[in-house]
Amino acid sequence: MTRISVKVDGVAYSDEVEPRMLLVHYLRERLGKTGTVVGCDTSNCGACTVHLDGSSVKSCNMLAVQADGHEVTTIEGVAQNGELHAVQRAFHECHALQCGYCTPGMIMQSIDLLNENPDPSEEEIRLGLEGNLCRCTGYHNIVKAVQQAASEGKGSAS
Amino acid sequence: MTVTENRVDSPEIGKARTRKEDARLITGRTRWTDNILLPGMLHLAMVRSPFAHARITSIDTSAAKAAPNVVTVITGADVADEQGSLPNVWPLSANQKTPPHPSIAVDRVTFAGEVVAVVVARSAAEARDAAELVDVDYEELPAVLDLKEAAKDEVLVHPDLGTNIADVWQLDSAAAGSGTSVEDEIAEARENGIVLEREYRQQRLIPAFMEPRSFVCDPTGEQVTLWSSTQIPHIVKFFTSVILGIPESKMRVIAPDVGGGFGGKLQVTPEEFITVLAARRTGRPCKYTETRSESMMACHHGRDQWQKLTLSATKDGTVTGIKVELLADLGSYASLLAGGTPVLGAFMFNGIYKFRAYQFNCTPVYTNKTWTDAYRGAGRPEATFAIERLMDDLAVELGVDPLALREQNWIKHEEFPYATVSGLEYDTGNYEAATAKAKEMFGYDELREEQRRRRESNDPVQLGIGISTFTEMCGLAPSRILGQLNYGAGGWEHASVRMLPTGHVEVVTGVSPHGQGHETAWSQIVADRLGVPFENVQVLHGDTQVSHKGLDTYGSRSLVVGAEAVVRAADKVVERAKPYAAHMLEASVDDIEFAGGHFQVRGTDRGVSMGEVAMAAFAAHDLPEGIEPGLDAEATFDPDTFSYPHGTHLCAVEIDTETGGVKLRKYVAVDDVGNIVNPLIVDGQVHGGLVQGIAQALWEEAVFDDSGTLVSASFVDYLVPTAADTISFDIDHTTTPSTLTKLGTKGVGEAGAIASTPAVVNAVLDAVRRFGVKDIQMPCTPERVWKAIHGHGAGGDEPTEGGAMPHFDEKDVADRSEGAAQ
Amino acid sequence: MIPGQFEYVAPETVEEAVSALAEAGEDAKVLAGGQSLLPVLRMRLNVPSVLVDLGRIESLRGVRDDGDAIVVGAMTTHSAVFHDPLVREHTAVLCEAIEQLADPQVRHRGTFGGALAHADPAGDLGAPVLALGASFTIAGPGGTRTVEADDFFEGLFTTAVGDGELLTEVRIPKYTGWGGHYEKFVRVAHQWPIVAVAAAVKAEGGTITEARVGLTNMGATPLRARAVEAALAGKPATDEAVREAAASAAEGTNPPSDLNGDAEYRRHLATVLTRRAVLAAAGA
Repeated sequence: MTRISVKVDGVAYSDEVEPRMLLVHYLRERLGKTGTVVGCDTSNCGACTVHLDGSSVKSCNMLAVQADGHEVTTIEGVAQNGELHAVQRAFHECHALQCGYCTPGMIMQSIDLLNENPDPSEEEIRLGLEGNLCRCTGYHNIVKAVQQAASEGKGSAS
Repeated sequence: MTVTENRVDSPEIGKARTRKEDARLITGRTRWTDNILLPGMLHLAMVRSPFAHARITSIDTSAAKAAPNVVTVITGADVADEQGSLPNVWPLSANQKTPPHPSIAVDRVTFAGEVVAVVVARSAAEARDAAELVDVDYEELPAVLDLKEAAKDEVLVHPDLGTNIADVWQLDSAAAGSGTSVEDEIAEARENGIVLEREYRQQRLIPAFMEPRSFVCDPTGEQVTLWSSTQIPHIVKFFTSVILGIPESKMRVIAPDVGGGFGGKLQVTPEEFITVLAARRTGRPCKYTETRSESMMACHHGRDQWQKLTLSATKDGTVTGIKVELLADLGSYASLLAGGTPVLGAFMFNGIYKFRAYQFNCTPVYTNKTWTDAYRGAGRPEATFAIERLMDDLAVELGVDPLALREQNWIKHEEFPYATVSGLEYDTGNYEAATAKAKEMFGYDELREEQRRRRESNDPVQLGIGISTFTEMCGLAPSRILGQLNYGAGGWEHASVRMLPTGHVEVVTGVSPHGQGHETAWSQIVADRLGVPFENVQVLHGDTQVSHKGLDTYGSRSLVVGAEAVVRAADKVVERAKPYAAHMLEASVDDIEFAGGHFQVRGTDRGVSMGEVAMAAFAAHDLPEGIEPGLDAEATFDPDTFSYPHGTHLCAVEIDTETGGVKLRKYVAVDDVGNIVNPLIVDGQVHGGLVQGIAQALWEEAVFDDSGTLVSASFVDYLVPTAADTISFDIDHTTTPSTLTKLGTKGVGEAGAIASTPAVVNAVLDAVRRFGVKDIQMPCTPERVWKAIHGHGAGGDEPTEGGAMPHFDEKDVADRSEGAAQ
Repeated sequence: MIPGQFEYVAPETVEEAVSALAEAGEDAKVLAGGQSLLPVLRMRLNVPSVLVDLGRIESLRGVRDDGDAIVVGAMTTHSAVFHDPLVREHTAVLCEAIEQLADPQVRHRGTFGGALAHADPAGDLGAPVLALGASFTIAGPGGTRTVEADDFFEGLFTTAVGDGELLTEVRIPKYTGWGGHYEKFVRVAHQWPIVAVAAAVKAEGGTITEARVGLTNMGATPLRARAVEAALAGKPATDEAVREAAASAAEGTNPPSDLNGDAEYRRHLATVLTRRAVLAAAGA
């Protein structure tokens, strides 16, 4: 067991974990942050995307011990004071989700994308989401949602 | 009395309402099965066969049982007497050969990935650790992997059956009286017309829903409760009861938030039963969540057919007959629908065209591979692919425009209702209208002109235009017809509407959404029907204790069949409320009119709202004579026939002739799905369907190696497209309402996936026919396209090499172990 | 999905890391960004006894100017390398390759040294680094040693980094004023390249004076297309001339056959992609 201290969605946690525990399992099983999900075992699907110190990472592709001393933001931490993040709102308004399983990762990556490039072209949006798979939407409305959020100019949050 | 509630002014149906479901999904407040944690819960890990066909000679579980926190290890032998056989509800005939299908293999495994033992431990990690310690000895048996090889019966998947051929099923227009003899038409065309003979391949696909399957079983209550990431909680409940011997009243199945299905979760699975068996044996809640690799390997696959087709036509291009001979790969077991899946396409190979003669023959065959079953479209994409490819091939043969040829042969709008050669009656449609709109949106003539220019200049990038004017049958299904087809259940759907005292409404639906937005669409429908605000409607589903009766979600049936039951239940509520309203208004029931949520005495301004009636019915202080308290009503709707969405899809692709790379340039879809309840949701269904269909054309294929191991067993090698591989679509609608239901809807869940595959392949071929290419097998990989263009080997119609390597393979493992990978 | 059990150490200096490796023995694994290693662990294709995490060794991070070269610390993330002005200015082809490497999340976490030491033949960094003639600093029990690019990649997933050793930094000569392009061919965006070509080209007045070309996934290791390089020198940066030179791109290669294409197809792709990469790098 290794002791780690992590801040997740603004709250500090200190835990003993097995070194082999993945960050996503730590979030889900130890902290109850079940908004972040696992979709694959090869880090292709991006469903588990969270922010580590403000940048998107795949939480299934990291050990919890590697997050020691760092700050993690999950889908459960992006709404501020009860108000949805612009990207969350845009996903809702543009019908950018159906089953919703990829959605947490898709939203977290979209926020990151807009943080790095507040005014992306359609092609830049599509390339920026290449690490996130969606099986329901055909991506059409996801791209629209990111465009809408970009036009509102509120990419930054985490 | 005067009206006190807000009237609902504009109709909800037709509004692009944003979804009610989204609030929890965009904030992470979801209830996926894998989120569930119960006190004392145990976790399962599966031990799976690495062999495609082998005898289990021994299983040593002692080391696993001794591992830390392992509660038990279960083998097939341990549960042989209680596990029964997984169900097949659609034997094609009484003669179908159906092998027993144990959830845990007892003495023989028949595909690589089959469960041979289950470790039950206090944590998922410990279960996995111990699974590595289960020592299974196998004696490898000869395996047959190739579909055509299997049909020869030289190597048997189930020696006890004596054959790999499960059954033979035929539909013949002459025999059925719906048309002439196909052999006569073909003979006539051989003399005086045109005969096309083709063989197309439908590759094997993996549904690849994003949420891996997960099951939790709690045996500690009065009822055994099973949470399942399933499309079909009611069907799962029935079979868990019947097969595992749990009284039906003691079984409860809950489908909480379910992350996609596409047919892949239309199954009663070994893992589901195993979770129940483990819970029963240990007396504790048990959970199993599969990994993606397990999902790819063991969740049922889709398609996998060879289609031998013969089309006859007159010299002027009038189609006369079509004969279909299908070989369908079942994998190693008969799944829930099994051979029924290809048979769902049996009525559709004639498409929208006026054939005189038709014959459909289907031979489902067992192979030592993962079982197959429904995947989005189930039978209809295969049929649409075949006919739409053939229509393009015929246009090439005749040297005419493929759209003009289609128009020459399709059913004209004034000819509806139209009795088809396969024995269906298409009620409504307008192929001319959809096609005209699509052509205009596409810029058909301009793109043809650009194509000509690129051809003439020998541009290394060639343009191809593909067409698909499709129809499908939705609204599964009339119980009477299912009975005739030997299907084991009905196709009705159930709903109840509970009028709450505050005027709010709870709608219980028997369908089980997993992304389709039923909570929103059903709310819109009920809001209109009862005149209550959209926000005041709550839709309940997916828990057999709440929704006690239903047949679940698949086959684009929810809106057509399920929502119609909701409409009928809501209408019954209104009828039940009228005597109350009359009583409250001191009027005759016959004088009560209902509109916009209000009951009014005809010709007066006296009225009461639905809410007021609901409260009065709840209080029951002053009931009309002979009327019982309450307004709740339920309805079960069994459709008389099917609904027939159709549409015109046009696709332009750019082919890089130097690499064989295919790039989507433009895609237009004009679909007639009947009346539209929520355009936002309908468009979303179309977008998603398109990409799944396009993915079959270009990217996805489940490939096995020569030993029967699935090579494309992860998202590294099974190529689900990303946002960067797809484009934004141009979609629109034409509308001819269905006559089947009060709502006039036709269903939209599968349309995109059914229509798009042939549109894309037709476009690819249209670009490269000039190089002498006649066919390219799906997926049209750059390698196949390039080889087809440049005439290497047999061209692009070669199957994917079975011996091909995945990115992660055992050689890598060895090397990674030696290397100093950081 | 759950890795096997291992011990975990997180040293704070290279020396500590080297001694941790020595202590752990041959079943130890080095963890850098983990973007290739974690999937291997999760699928239990490898279960190390000890995982030595380099994440706390600050000295391994960052890009610095070293006169005629730039030096990239092994633990610098792909995205940090990509955004570094020195890398942009002096090794354009590297930026192009990193931009197309995996996906944004992986680039945030994956490291330059980790990817090179992993030596996946389909990895995107090997070809440009090889083409640019980088040298590799390797730390071990006996101190540090330097290995030239030509000797670094030894085989499938194997490099000159031996048991008990660490890759600490990569020194890349400056190619100031050179054009660079990485031409990558995939079927879907999140794939490893079927074939990719890294080209760095020095062009003056429409003539290619010098070119360096590296090939990805055309054999067990990244390869230099030396015949192409030789043929390009002094040639005009025209489609015709470059096409002729690129025709020999597959010479001496031994590409794999897999789901995405057989060896023959890959050899063909190499010639097409080489032409495109060189022309783009030459600004033609």
